[in-house]
Amino acid sequence: MDDKKIVIALAGNPNSGKTTLFNSLTGATAYVGNWPGVTVEKRQGTYRNKKTGETCEVVDLPGIYSLSPYTPEEVISRDFILEEKPDVVINVIDATNLERNLYMTTQILEMDVPVILALNMTDVLEKEGQSIDADELSASLGCPVVSVSALHRRNLDILITAALRAGRTSRRGYTVLENGKYKEIIAKARDIYEHRGVENPLYHAIKALENDEVELARRPEDVKEVRALLNNKEKEDFEADTADERYKYITGNYVKSRHGQKVSAAEKLTPSDKVDRIMTNRFLAIPIFLIALFLMFHLTFAEDFLYLGKMGVPFSTCFEGNPYFEGLFWTENGINSIGVIIANLVNGITGWIWGSIENGLTSIGTPDWAVGLLGSVINDGFFAVIGFLPQILCLFFFFSLLEDSGYMARVAFVFDRIFRRAGLSGRAFIPMLMGYGCGVPAMVNTRTLNTDKERTQTIRVIAFFCCGAKVAAVAAVAGVLAAKVGWNAELIGLSMYLVGIILAVAMVILMHWTTQREKVPPFIMELPAYHKPQWKALGIHMWDKTKDFVKKASTVIILAAVLIWVFSNFTPTWQYIPSLVDEFGEPLADYEGSILKNICQMISPVFFPLGFGNNLSGAGWSLTLASSLGLVAKELVADAFITIAGGADAVESMVLGTGITTGGLLAFLIFNLTTVPCFAAVATAKAELPKGQLKWTILFWLGTSYVVSLMVRLVFDYVWTLAIIIPAIVAIFVCAYLWYRHACKKEELAKLAREAN
Amino acid sequence: MIKTLDTLAVGESGTIVKVHGEGRVRRRLFDMGLTPGAEVYFRKKAPFGDPIEITLRGYELSLRKDEAVNVEIELAEVKKNGR
Repeated sequence: MDDKKIVIALAGNPNSGKTTLFNSLTGATAYVGNWPGVTVEKRQGTYRNKKTGETCEVVDLPGIYSLSPYTPEEVISRDFILEEKPDVVINVIDATNLERNLYMTTQILEMDVPVILALNMTDVLEKEGQSIDADELSASLGCPVVSVSALHRRNLDILITAALRAGRTSRRGYTVLENGKYKEIIAKARDIYEHRGVENPLYHAIKALENDEVELARRPEDVKEVRALLNNKEKEDFEADTADERYKYITGNYVKSRHGQKVSAAEKLTPSDKVDRIMTNRFLAIPIFLIALFLMFHLTFAEDFLYLGKMGVPFSTCFEGNPYFEGLFWTENGINSIGVIIANLVNGITGWIWGSIENGLTSIGTPDWAVGLLGSVINDGFFAVIGFLPQILCLFFFFSLLEDSGYMARVAFVFDRIFRRAGLSGRAFIPMLMGYGCGVPAMVNTRTLNTDKERTQTIRVIAFFCCGAKVAAVAAVAGVLAAKVGWNAELIGLSMYLVGIILAVAMVILMHWTTQREKVPPFIMELPAYHKPQWKALGIHMWDKTKDFVKKASTVIILAAVLIWVFSNFTPTWQYIPSLVDEFGEPLADYEGSILKNICQMISPVFFPLGFGNNLSGAGWSLTLASSLGLVAKELVADAFITIAGGADAVESMVLGTGITTGGLLAFLIFNLTTVPCFAAVATAKAELPKGQLKWTILFWLGTSYVVSLMVRLVFDYVWTLAIIIPAIVAIFVCAYLWYRHACKKEELAKLAREAN
Repeated sequence: MIKTLDTLAVGESGTIVKVHGEGRVRRRLFDMGLTPGAEVYFRKKAPFGDPIEITLRGYELSLRKDEAVNVEIELAEVKKNGR
């Protein structure tokens, strides 16, 4: 026996239950990686037969509809089967949607790889009074077929045993097109490839005849030769004819193994259709969506659940006086939502852990600086970031719930019309909205988008949304503004939410016209039937995200924490600040004389045009500090003020004492709201963006935030500048649009020239 | 009567006669089962009038009118007495 592990690949349409099957087969052994070069998740795991102890590797290929190169997922799947050569492919089929699912089967069967069909969801079909004869289907397909239920773990061992048996055999590709009008041409093309010693000759021959993009890019000469077998009319019709023949063959030969009454689409109104009547109803769709969105954010972030406190229900703070768990479940303001409770719990526990460590270290006489350094790494760095995790996961949980149930596809359906105008598809709306909660899950969610450019644009504008952590900064500055010019603080907060979305839309349009120009991606999307969430799969999903996040937090963020600690506790001559005293023998204030303060004073001229640089006096450098620390975590923006002012109550007088103008304050607020997001988000963006886009994206964030806050500063401090700024904005958009038209025209001409050849 | 898919009214159904268009979009339409001979049922329009939702081959598909205009449909005869 060779000791090479047997590899099974799972292939199938989206929503065929492929991932459920994968989870049932591999359980806790599964791990998620990325396919090389693209941001598509690669799931791998080990299956172990409980009785025989036999093991094999299982790879979950992305869910796809066809092996044509329409999406990166499709190219990955076909390359995996052709190049990595799994021992056997399990093609997962949704039995309730036999025709479309078998379409890809006919393509997989053309490869020289053992194939076995897993007929999933037969239980659902039986409820509708239909059944599929697996033996009959197996006979007509020429490959083994096993009825399974991935959800109820039925027949899984039988499936794998059959797969392993098939894996020990070899199979030659077979095509259903052998019965159609191109049978001679296909046979000839196949012979050409076979003589050249190409593996999988039948598959490559058919793709070449289709003039397939990937095939054309990799073997242009062969494709040219094979295409010469077709006359001009056939060249044009080949794709249509073969797709048609595949479906006709499926209807004629395979679908007959389905027994029972089939009802026509018009008469059939499944429970899912009934739900959809309400969910995508002309008048109800948008209100329902807004309510769902509000509930998600409310359950994650609200500190006054259902506004009971505001409605006058009296509360007293729970665990009053407890240093770690005060206000865990409720405070005098109201009941906490589930997200806040879990966050309080985690923060309480980590606070207690650090408290114990600190006490322990001090009692054995550890020097102050060591305790300080550890505190800044463990408590201010690692634990503080772990503190965001509950709410990130909470939000992730709700969005996954909607995604898995099938509702998100409807959201895309409802909002596509609006987003198309900006060059995006309706799907891009979802990650943007998640950005109001936290940019990290939002950026991960962009994986559901179709093209790299759409993904890049969406990730970039997610940074503009006012996430949970920015709220504290907004509140602090809004308070100062309210004191200075008497504006309503809540209204300022609300308008910051609007600034985010308006800027996002404007920048998407600009990018679409200039650097990220592409045709609006087509929108041809299945609306899967609604189904109940699978809690176990959801749990696995959450656990993956947690691991991912903790890994990030424990590397990049700890490094940043160490740097900041060093910079804020040492003078440029490397004296330890807490050990120094001023001329009166008093200990120095925080940050006094530190490298950090020096750096801030050095870079503050950069912010001079924005009105919060070295044009400020007194503690003016604190605004530069806050903006810099905001690059690590947006909570630190408000934190920096509080530390320097020596308490939250003193922030107002300190900031006003610097002589800052209204325009400067607003510019500061908008700069921090729209600039490079926190470390965790930048690390996520790095992982999710196409290769080489991170540096441009960071430049984009810096540039946009600087220009926008400069404009705001000028307008509020010198109203007359509107006369320059408005025409400038118009000019930018007009130029971008003209450029876009010009580029489109050039492309069209190039295309015409190509066709003429 | 022959119409393009985007001009169908909600509740109408018919059979695909021909699929026009080019390149990837046409390929995608084929892959999703929009091939000549397939029966489609026009289920609904999105709240803003576009995209549209159709039922074909036993599942629900949504596509924009821009894409649906490529699909020619032979309308099914309206049945007079119920079924």
